[in-house]
Amino acid sequence: MSISDLSFLPSAQGPSVRAVRDQFHGDLLEVSMGPQHPSTHGVFRMVATLDGELIVKLKPVFGYLHRNHEKIAENTTYLGSMPYTDRLDYLCSMSTNWAYALAVEKLAGQSVPDRAQYLRIIMAELTRLVNHACLVGFLFNDLGTSFTPLLYAFREREKIIDLFESLSGSRMMCNYQRFGGCRIDPTPEWLKAASTLVDNFPRFLDEYETMLTGNEIMLARTQGIGRLDPKHAINAGITGPVLRACGVDYDVRKVDGYGFYPRFNFRVPLGAHGDTYDRYMMRILEMRESVKILQQAFKELPEGPIMDPKAKIRGFRPKAGEAYGRLEGPKGELGFYLISDGSPNPYRYRVRPPSLINLTLLEEMCLGHTIADSVVILGSIDIVLGEVDR
Amino acid sequence: METVEQIRDRLLARFPAAKITLVTNPGAAAEHSLLFDAASARELALFLRDDSALALDYCSNATGVDWPDKEITDVVKTTVPDPAGGAPKIIEQKSTRMQPGCLEAVYHLYSMAKKNGPVVIRLRTVNRTDQVTLPSLTPVWRSCDFQEREIFDLYGIIFEGHPDLRRLLMWDEFKDHPMRKDYVEPDDYEWEPTAHGTVLERAKAHQPAAPAKEAKP
Repeated sequence: MSISDLSFLPSAQGPSVRAVRDQFHGDLLEVSMGPQHPSTHGVFRMVATLDGELIVKLKPVFGYLHRNHEKIAENTTYLGSMPYTDRLDYLCSMSTNWAYALAVEKLAGQSVPDRAQYLRIIMAELTRLVNHACLVGFLFNDLGTSFTPLLYAFREREKIIDLFESLSGSRMMCNYQRFGGCRIDPTPEWLKAASTLVDNFPRFLDEYETMLTGNEIMLARTQGIGRLDPKHAINAGITGPVLRACGVDYDVRKVDGYGFYPRFNFRVPLGAHGDTYDRYMMRILEMRESVKILQQAFKELPEGPIMDPKAKIRGFRPKAGEAYGRLEGPKGELGFYLISDGSPNPYRYRVRPPSLINLTLLEEMCLGHTIADSVVILGSIDIVLGEVDR
Repeated sequence: METVEQIRDRLLARFPAAKITLVTNPGAAAEHSLLFDAASARELALFLRDDSALALDYCSNATGVDWPDKEITDVVKTTVPDPAGGAPKIIEQKSTRMQPGCLEAVYHLYSMAKKNGPVVIRLRTVNRTDQVTLPSLTPVWRSCDFQEREIFDLYGIIFEGHPDLRRLLMWDEFKDHPMRKDYVEPDDYEWEPTAHGTVLERAKAHQPAAPAKEAKP
């Protein structure tokens, strides 16, 4: 295969403007959506070129929330940037913490006690419930069902976030993981409350699905909209539910088997069409699988320490080397790449943001659809600007 | 999966003209990487992607690293025998040399088809100032699109063959590359020349001159 064969990529051929200039088709209209727009989920901007109501070109513009997180982390200690990772994906701070801890543990060769491994899985899966519940709520908001589904989703999210608050002291900025374990051991009461919540969670999902999944408007607005084919999705590095909606069986929990995930019995839901509807269903099905994982974790949670006794909190200096740690975050593959030169600060600290890379094919997904559909497509990709712009 | 050494040997057998160096990782992770020369990087990357045994169809992470010029002090010890028959003297001679720095692009490759990885590849620029061009791997893995734009933005590596190389996070008029190790933050990001300064300067001509300070006795 030669390099010239690679022009199958749409962007390699330049923007595909298909405007017809005749008496019925006038000039193209360029619309700048965002950065202050309620439907762009934060300070995200897309510059869309419209032919009538249809999108012929769409360029995402980033950087409105950029604060050079990586440079700040390179100027502080390893532990010092742990609270700051909460601010990357502020809906899922628990799993972002874990991704960072995973990379540092890989860099320093640390081990994690069994109880902490279970607690991490509990927190990560609760976070997945929070994130996916929020996402389906916001997706319906984008579809025009103003606020009712979102409030149902937020009711459930609030219960989980209350649990996080009672455990870590903060609703969203949990700062819970440490290198070699976790920060706080939950009490039996907390575990009981969490377990009850998880057992009741499928009722919320059933209620939600009864109301919304079969809704005619919902089906008309999502089925066949924003299709993505698996070949392009893999090449563009799309990960998480967006990739699995195209039918690609790739879940880092199964592939890498990090933490204690190989001990758990769960399935990876897969879509068939790669459209917005499949991406919505992926979230619903993943929440059901997360509930299974959580129930198993609460049943099997062992007693024991939550920190590795050899873990060093003060004066933590991993020896020179580099490591790339990744995990299956709710939004996709979240990775941290660290280079150590033996000093207390990382020499290089890099976040692989799933939200940013999942936007690579946004233009291809939106081409030929209306501007209203682009809002729904963006909503189904699930981005958080704290992570996109870092 | 094949080890990095096996991959290197297979690549060298297929592309004898390519220069491939194994970069060892002394850390606990021990993920060693392959350093490709810029001239043959694109065809090596294509081979990695399309080879049926490796099938590295997914580039997870692409990022830059800055290695500034480093001053290295060499100490040469010479033993001089004492003519008087005493203990020989050891003379230390110190010399410093500059190790030229470079900018580096690191790619983490995985295979979704074979479910294995990572294979880490690196590309290095000649220096950090004027020869900072590397071949873009975006035509091979589309996922490098935004990430290479970010490297261009924050490190200043120019990717040849990138379809749309613009700044990603900083604004277009921004001059420097903030992730470089020698980057100095401006005192005021929002300073821009306005007419206000010149107006103040002209107004000074109309202001009474300040009384000259008397020299203290």
